[in-house]
Amino acid sequence: MAKALEYRDVSFSYGEESAFRMEHLNFSVEEGEFVAVLGHNGSGKSTLARLANGLLVPDGGEVAVFGTTVTQKNLFDIRRQVGIVFQNPDSQAVASIVEDDVAFGAENVGLPREEIGERIEFALRAVGMEEYRTATVSRLSGGQKQRVAIAGVLALRPKIMILDESTAMLDPRGRREIVEVVKELNKREGITVLLITHFMEEALLCSRAVVMNRGEIVMQDTPEGIFRRGEELVTYNLALPRIGEICNRLRAGGMEVPYTLGVDALAEEIAKCVS
Amino acid sequence: MLKDVSFGQYYPVKSFVHNLDPRLKILFLIGYIVAIFLAKELLALGVAAAVLLLAVLFAHIPFGKVLRAVRGVLFLVLFTAVLNLFFHGGDAVYWDAPAVLWEWKIFRVTQAGIMFSVFLILRLFLLVICSSLLTYTTTPVSLTDGIESLLTPLKWIRFPVHELALIMSIALRFIPILMDETERIMNAQKARGAMLDSGGPAKRVKAIVPVLIPLLLSAFRRADELGDAMDARCYSGGKNRTKYKKLHFSWRDLFALVLLAALIAGIVVMRFFPVFPL
Repeated sequence: MAKALEYRDVSFSYGEESAFRMEHLNFSVEEGEFVAVLGHNGSGKSTLARLANGLLVPDGGEVAVFGTTVTQKNLFDIRRQVGIVFQNPDSQAVASIVEDDVAFGAENVGLPREEIGERIEFALRAVGMEEYRTATVSRLSGGQKQRVAIAGVLALRPKIMILDESTAMLDPRGRREIVEVVKELNKREGITVLLITHFMEEALLCSRAVVMNRGEIVMQDTPEGIFRRGEELVTYNLALPRIGEICNRLRAGGMEVPYTLGVDALAEEIAKCVS
Repeated sequence: MLKDVSFGQYYPVKSFVHNLDPRLKILFLIGYIVAIFLAKELLALGVAAAVLLLAVLFAHIPFGKVLRAVRGVLFLVLFTAVLNLFFHGGDAVYWDAPAVLWEWKIFRVTQAGIMFSVFLILRLFLLVICSSLLTYTTTPVSLTDGIESLLTPLKWIRFPVHELALIMSIALRFIPILMDETERIMNAQKARGAMLDSGGPAKRVKAIVPVLIPLLLSAFRRADELGDAMDARCYSGGKNRTKYKKLHFSWRDLFALVLLAALIAGIVVMRFFPVFPL
């Protein structure tokens, strides 16, 4: 079976003056996977996302979505399958009212009115915003705005969803909201998710994590595997979150605690090990 | 300070007028303005004022709100009226008195001048009240929808109606965001020692530049981001696009339309067949 998303020998640069180069990148994502893409600024994470739906076109090689190569001619179909949620919660919404904004994508592909209505309801329920259907977008919190943005993408019923640093501008609570919503979508709707982030702890929810550096994929492992290699991460300008470091030290000292997202969870794990 | 600017000034209550089709309200405003400028006798203007009063009552808009709209143009209206009072001239006689009531050098108060000024004040007040009633009772979104729908015939001459409506609604959506941004930049520049609220007019205009440039830059960046987000959601212009929200012309609208059309027609007819000829 064809992979959900496949980069074959992809090369890309933003022109001669730009220092960034992506050369002969090979990478693929299976259907239903939940993959975290980690990397510091300028490592090529966003480039990876934009190549997936034809916002950027590779200089060499090709990108395929469910076996179909992305070309200028099938952009419309590709974009129905690959949705991207971007970073800034304030500059993604087209309309002032939540439901109008969620409808935007569905309107663009020319769906009949009744179906758009159903899709708005489905999408808002999936992100837990059904009560805000007629609310004004500018009055929502950052996390709520991003959930609306996810709903706007969901209304197109994509098979793959890419979150391009969608949590970067949110507070910790908003970040948790988004990651949980996306995890649910992956589990319940079977949507393939690519979570691009520089918050390492978000990777713990994923089934696989890749680390990018200077346009290359330098590490690929389970999140635990990546966390275990803390020193290697430093060379890619990434640092383990404090909690990951504590886990590593405990493990070095012989206490086999799993990596956890929060202090409370870690405390429980330690309690379990001690007793 | 910037938070006080309420664009469109929508007044959110439920009322008969709020529920009317925005197209009807826009057409009514246009018809009403034409009618009050065609009206030539006080009775016609009185009828027009009564209709508007009724509309305000049905819209559940408090009178204070309506008066606030008038206050904004009060000075301008009175200034023009006073100017016209002294300079209008004319020798029409409306009541039992000489045509020229008072004269000094170039100033001349005539009966025609008084009548003209009174009409001017009434007309401008009615115009302002009627247009503010439109913005009080119609959300910016349905206002753009209404304008788009009314402009649809222009598609025949390839006028980009859909694009224009989209531009309008995006502009409305970004007003609060850019307001916040302006405030943030102003605070940032103040923290760096910028004097934004002191000095003469020339100095103040100059002080705006360091606010304006970052604001413009950020607006362009946002435009890029929005463009990407729209592309990613399959935007490809107005072709083959459906619209989720449809405007509905209900029996209520029909009722209001007939009533308002009759009133406007009545006022226009009174111009040619005056009831109380002056």
